[in-house]
This record gives sequence, structure tokens and C-alpha cells, in this order.
Amino acid sequence: MKDRKALAENQMFVAILASVASIAIGLIFGSILLLILNPSKAGLGISAILTTGFSSLDQFGKVLYQSAPLMLCGLSVGFAFKTGMFNIGATGQYTIGAFCALVGAIAFQLPWWMCLLLSFVGGAVWGVFPGLFKALFNVNEVITSIMFNWIGMYLVNLLLANMPIMLASAWGASNSDRTANLAQANPGAMIPKGGLDRLFGDSSWINISVFIAIIVAVICWFILEKTTFGYELKACGYNKDSARYAGINANRNIISSMIIAGALSGLGGGLYYLAGTIQYVLEKKTLAMGFNGIPVALLANSNPIGTIFSSLFISYIQVGGSAMQPNFSSESTDIIIAVIIYLAAFALLIRGFITKLLKGGQKEEVKE
Amino acid sequence: MKVAEDYVIEMLHITKEFPGIKANDDITLQLKRGEIHALLGENGAGKSTLMSVLFGLYQADQGIIKKDGKEVKIKDPNDANRLGIGMVHQHFKLVECFTVLDNIILGVEDTKHGFLQKEAASKKVMQLSEKYGLKVEPDSFVSDISVGMQQRVEILKMLYRDNEILIFDEPTAVLTPQEITELMEIMRGFKKEGKSILFITHKLSEIMAVADRCSVLRKGKYMGTVNIADTTREELSRMMVGREVEFDIKKKSQEVGDVILSVKDMVVASKAHNNNAVKGVSFEVHAGEIVCIAGIEGNGQTELVQGITGLEPLKSGSIELCGKDITNASIRERSKAGMSHIPEDRHKHGLVLDYTLEQNLVLQRYWEPRFQNHGVIKSMEVRNYAEMLIEKYDVRSGQGPVTTARSMSGGNQQKAIIAREIDKDPQLLVAVQPTRGLDVGAIEYIHSQLIAERDKGRAVLLISLELDEVRSLSDRILVIYEGEIVGDFDSVAMEELGLYMAGAKRKDKKEAAS
Ligand SMILES: Nc1ncnc2c1ncn2[C@@H]1O[C@H](COP(=O)(O)OP(=O)(O)OP(=O)(O)O)[C@@H](O)[C@H]1O
Ligand SMILES: [Mg+2]
Repeated sequence: MKDRKALAENQMFVAILASVASIAIGLIFGSILLLILNPSKAGLGISAILTTGFSSLDQFGKVLYQSAPLMLCGLSVGFAFKTGMFNIGATGQYTIGAFCALVGAIAFQLPWWMCLLLSFVGGAVWGVFPGLFKALFNVNEVITSIMFNWIGMYLVNLLLANMPIMLASAWGASNSDRTANLAQANPGAMIPKGGLDRLFGDSSWINISVFIAIIVAVICWFILEKTTFGYELKACGYNKDSARYAGINANRNIISSMIIAGALSGLGGGLYYLAGTIQYVLEKKTLAMGFNGIPVALLANSNPIGTIFSSLFISYIQVGGSAMQPNFSSESTDIIIAVIIYLAAFALLIRGFITKLLKGGQKEEVKE
Repeated sequence: MKVAEDYVIEMLHITKEFPGIKANDDITLQLKRGEIHALLGENGAGKSTLMSVLFGLYQADQGIIKKDGKEVKIKDPNDANRLGIGMVHQHFKLVECFTVLDNIILGVEDTKHGFLQKEAASKKVMQLSEKYGLKVEPDSFVSDISVGMQQRVEILKMLYRDNEILIFDEPTAVLTPQEITELMEIMRGFKKEGKSILFITHKLSEIMAVADRCSVLRKGKYMGTVNIADTTREELSRMMVGREVEFDIKKKSQEVGDVILSVKDMVVASKAHNNNAVKGVSFEVHAGEIVCIAGIEGNGQTELVQGITGLEPLKSGSIELCGKDITNASIRERSKAGMSHIPEDRHKHGLVLDYTLEQNLVLQRYWEPRFQNHGVIKSMEVRNYAEMLIEKYDVRSGQGPVTTARSMSGGNQQKAIIAREIDKDPQLLVAVQPTRGLDVGAIEYIHSQLIAERDKGRAVLLISLELDEVRSLSDRILVIYEGEIVGDFDSVAMEELGLYMAGAKRKDKKEAAS
């Protein structure tokens, strides 16, 4: 009894347990869905989701590669959340970041690190608008962010359509619905593999992006936990009135946190498209990557270090999902992945439940 | 012949532990039917915790609760409600964006085909309100009504649920003296009807006035129960603190120094109405004096302080601090210029409740070179500083510097704020109701600290609704009425002060602004 109570009071333990439990629940629901959709192939589907990521070094490389942009989008959402802002605009910032990186790479033939820098700046610029509107006119950031998601996507499509040099057709390919393949357009803009490809059995996916993302996560953690800047940001997020009373300029913090959040998403876009394995396709829907930053952040309870793990998990599930393709339609795999991811994001709910269980049916009522 | 006592509620050998602290340690409390039973104890003694156990917010680790002699299990507030137990919390728990009526019926609303049926509820509320003299405006939003009315809403909530056992957790801490008198009357009315009341307060005079018996807690332990008729204030405070408490304050007279704060023709807009809340107020506070603003709540004190501290802009007029114009200075600039502020609302302004105690203790100073280096917080320095303040001001909590502020007892939250603001070593200390919710021992200490500041040659501007506090601490009293200063006294008789506060008398303005 005593031990259980001590455990219940260990915040870290409860948080991790809650995340693991919600992942399990998500997986169970996903399996039930598979059974309903295609009973005969359900077993195959489940094993695809659960094992593909580890099935080969190539697939594992893909898990790592995809986790980098997810991690950054998760960091972006989590960082803004700590300041009390809901950054649903990660996808727009991500798109702009990707665009800036690609323009640097193809149109200006810049090296990879300069392109990454461009994506960082591009995302920051896109993040500043919701921040400004919120700080100056008290317009809800959710509304502005959603508007800027669409504006960002169509703006990028418009610009790309009018920049023939950016498109694959200008570099010896036949299709003009996507950007050029970096291997042909500017191999120097591809993120270095740092010898990892040899380690990962010549996986075409792997590069150093996941390490860049992890370093960024650690920096975010440091900023939030160890600096006066982070102290101010969190104070604003927890209680705007007392932050003001303490002489903290709330508006400046709202804007800075949105700039940083935007920059993080933008960098995510850069990391994803500068790998060279994927080309940006002109489409009429916003990219899912930015939105997936939301469950990544929720699952990690907005903690930057937790984000490293939650993004790896979600990336793993996604890689598994794409391996289900022949047996299940792409729509149903999307649904299943979504169910798993979003149930996994119930971590917070489950957290209260676990504390209650551990304390032996006791109410977790925080006093005010 | 000995008759068994008629207890409605018995809490027997209750023990409740929180991380790092035994908030309740084998406490026994017996409530007789139809009595007003006071619960007394220092800040952090475990009063709110014990009441929360009775109300089902916490489960006791050990001990049992009996209702009418039968053991009951109270797992949550709904259970408590079924047993007729209601509670008014130390910090109210109303939904700000709901109307008064919605708040009262929340959780027990009548529905028909899934739709709310409010007419009957509204009628019942109005009847109760009339019967007990609890004036409320059912259609106002909670965010717009005064603290006093919020409390009446909380009381109506209990009555609406036909509760027979009423718990009041420090109901008078936020009330004006007049409202306190009214509340005592209301409590006597409840008693006459046979309701049983548990009443927490730090004010001994209130206990002496309404309570039948009083149980005393000290550091989580039960110290005993006494009949009020057979006891005195002194004995109660000795039981509670374990030593004699000085009720009289000793203050040596001293010459005042230079002008520290100078306010000229200050006008501040009101948020509640179109009129100005502060209408052209001018006054000065000198080094080495405690100037007190006395007045009935809602006469512009709040806005006056917000204007001086920079929380609200002035409409016109000017403020100087130590000879420097700070009329348009930011809050941070004022703080740097030597202003400290103990705010009226400790949860809204004074604390970041989700921050730890140590983080809260540097809330006004984290940016100083002492606590940061190139923007990186020096955690060791913060920890040492927090430990020093906790020790010096006797801030009690479960886990010391790393306790979350939210889990601390109300009085200890207040002590943390006072420690932070006084230790900043300000030129001017603006203190609004600084001793609200503190136990008598802590009040004694804080008063001595305020006087020490004055003796050091600092200026103190005190806003208080407690006339006793006003009289014993202040060197000068300014009376505020409807946003204007209507009197300026070095010393004054209580009755006269009352007349000025009620607006029945006023000194000529020029004379007053001397
Ligand atoms: N939810 C909680 N989590 C952790 N510690 C708590 C919690 N609630 C209370 N405590 C601790 O238990 C002790 C008793 O607190 P309680 O609120 O009962 O005091 P109190 O007698 O009501 O004091 P006050 O007069 O200041 O209101 C305090 O030290 C407090 O820090
Ligand atoms: Mg209390």
C-alpha cells in the first residue's frame, strides 16, 4: 500500500506508465478494427503494424527517418502549448519550411545546412503571424493558424507552379506535379548520411536527420527548464495574470514562442524533403505531418524529451501501416493508424485513472 | 443519569498523509447536533484537509467517519451530499462563466426530456435567498459579482441541496467587517433551525462570538476541544500556537523622512461601471511611515492599487517613486525602481500555482544577476535563497522548495508571497490585506516585519479592511470613499473613522491632501 502510494506520487513514473498504457489501448482498438474490416487478413495486418519497423534494417532506417520531422512538429506543438498557445498551424509552418529548403536547394543550389537554415527561418516567419494577431488584437491563435495552413499550402503550390526550375520536368524527368529529385538537381543539398547507410544495410532512408532532431529536442528541454526565457514562457502559460504581475511581458512571450514553434515545424519540413528520397507533390490538401505533431506532443505531455520517444513510436506505427497496403485499402490503413495514434494521445486521461488506481480508488482532487 | 451525547458527525482517529507531511495525525472531531463548532489551528495545521476528508474530496488513510452513530463511507462529494453534508471552500469553486442560478443548480439540475427545467429551481433559490437574507442576483455571471456575493452563492448551493451539516472553511477571510456580521447572523439562524455547523476561522473574536465549542489542531495533531463559554481568547491562542501571542503591537514613534511615493490627481477607470473608480486622488507616503488606506470594500481601493502598481493604466494624473516619474513605467520598471506589491488576490496575481514554491519565491527576481547568468537560471542559488526564506518566514509545506504552490495551505501561500515581497528590500511596499487568512502567530510576525520595514526607513502603503489592523499599524490613515480621499488623520477615534468611511463626514479636500 505504502509503495503503491509512493509510486502514485512519482509524477514521472505515472506519466510514462500512462503513455505505455494508452499505446496498448490504441493497439487493441486498432486490432479490433482490423478484425471488422477484413477478418481473414487481420492477423497479417496486426503483425505488419507491430513488426515491420524492426523487420529489416531498411525499414528501421525508415522509422528513424520519418521520426525526425514528426519529432520537430511535436516539439513545435509542445513548445507553444507550454506558453498556453495551441499551435494547430504546424502543418502550414512545415509546408513553408519545406518550400524554403527546396528553393534553396534547387533554385539557388545551396548546401544542405544552408537549406535547413532557410527552412528554420521560413517556418518562423509563418509562426509569427498567429502570434502577432494574438498579441496585438487578441485573435484566437487556432483560427489564425488554420487560415495560415491553407494560405501556406496554396501559396507554395502557386509559387512552385510559377517556378519551372523547381519542378522535376526541368531536370530530365517527365512529371511536373512535383519538385525535382535532389539527386539530379543538387546532391550537395541532401542531408548527409554520415556513414549510417552502411550501418543500415544500404537503407535509402537513413541520414543524420534523426540526430539533428534529437539535439533540437534537448535544446528545447534546456530552454524550457533551465533558462529565464523558459521560466517566463511557462509562467505565461500557467497563469497570464500572475506573469503580468511579475513584470513579464506576455505579448512578447506569445510572439517569441510562436516564432520558435514555427521555426521547429519549418525545420521539420526541411529535414523531411532534403533527404532526397521524397519529392514535394503539389496537392490540394494540407500535409498530415504537421497535424501528427499534435498526438506526438500529447503523448509526450509536451515534454521535449518525451517527444523523442513518442515520435519514434508514431513513426514506427506509420511504417508498419504502409506495409499493410496490399491486404487493406490505403483508406482503411489510414483509419487504423489514426485510431491507434489518437487513442495513444489519451495519455492525459489515462494518467488520472492510473493515479486513482494506484491510490486505491482515491480521488485525485488537487486543491486550489 | 448520563445521557449519551447526540453527535451528528464523528470523525474518529483520522490520519491523512501527503508527500512529506502528515496533514492529519489521529484526529478525532465530534460535532453535536445543532451546534456551531469552530476549528482552530495554525496555517497548515490540517483544517482544510480534515474538512475535505469529511466532504469526500480526500480519503483518510486511517480512521472512520460516523453519521448519527453509524459508520459511513464518503468516497466523493456526491456521497457527502447524500448524507446532507455541504461545504463552502476556502477558495471558492464556482464556474466563472456561468450565472449564479446555474452555479447553484449545477449537478442537481431538474431535466425534462433532457432539457433543463429552471423555473422551479429559480423559485426555490429565491425563496431560500429571502428566508435567510442571502441577497444574490440569480442572472448575473459569477465573474461579475463581488466576493461577498460569491460566498452567498456557495451558501445557497448548500441550502439548495438541503444540507444539514454545513462546513465553512475560512468564510470570513475575504469578507468586509459588515459582511462578517451578517454572516454570523445567518449562521445563528441556521443553528436555530437545527443545522450543525463546522466553522474554520483564524479570528478568535468570531469564535468567541458565535461558536459553542472549539476544537484545536496543531501541526496535524488534535489538541483538544473546549467549551467557548469556559475559555478566553488567550487560552485558545495558547492551545493553538503553544505560546503566548502578543495582540498589542509595540511601535516606537519616529520622524518621517523624504517623500517616497507621491500621487497627484490620479484618475483610474472602473471596470464595473462607466464612472471612474478613482477620482483625482493625491497623497504622499514618506520614508519611515506606514500609511493606511481605510474604506469600505469597493470604494476604489483595488483600482487605486492597480494604478500605483501598474496593473491598470491611469486616465490622468501622475505618480512619482523616489523622485522619479513612473506614471507610464512598466510593472518591471516599477519593481526595479523599488516597489513591492502584496496583491489582493493571491491566486490570480500572487502565485503561479503550478510552479514550485522555490520558483514562486523568485517570481519577482529571477532576472537578477544573482539568480541567472546569461539567461541560464542558477538553480543552486534559487534553492538556497528559497530555503532561507522558508526558514525565516516559517512557510510550511510538504516538500519544502519543490512543493507545488497549489498543494500548499492557503495561509502558507500567503506567507510565501509576503516573504518574497518584503525580502526584495523595497523602497515602497504596497500591501493589500497582507494578513488575510493568516493565523494569529503569523499575523504577529508579519506585523512586526511591516514595522521593521518602517523602522528601517522604508515606506509602507497598507490597504486593509480590518479596522484593528489599520489602527494598530498605521502612522497615518487616509479614508477613501467613492474614489476620493475624504479624510487624512494621524490618529482618530474608531467611531469617527466609521463615519468618514460611510461618507457621512469629510474633511475639506485641500486640508486632506496636505
Ligand atoms: N493536495 C495536497 N497535496 C500535498 N500536500 C497537501 C495537499 N493539501 C494539503 N497539503 C499539505 O497538508 C498540510 C495541511 O494543509 P491544510 O490545507 O489542511 O492546512 P490548513 O489548516 O487549512 O491551513 P490554512 O489555515 O493555511 O488554510 C499543509 O502542509 C499542506 O502543504
Ligand atoms: Mg485551509
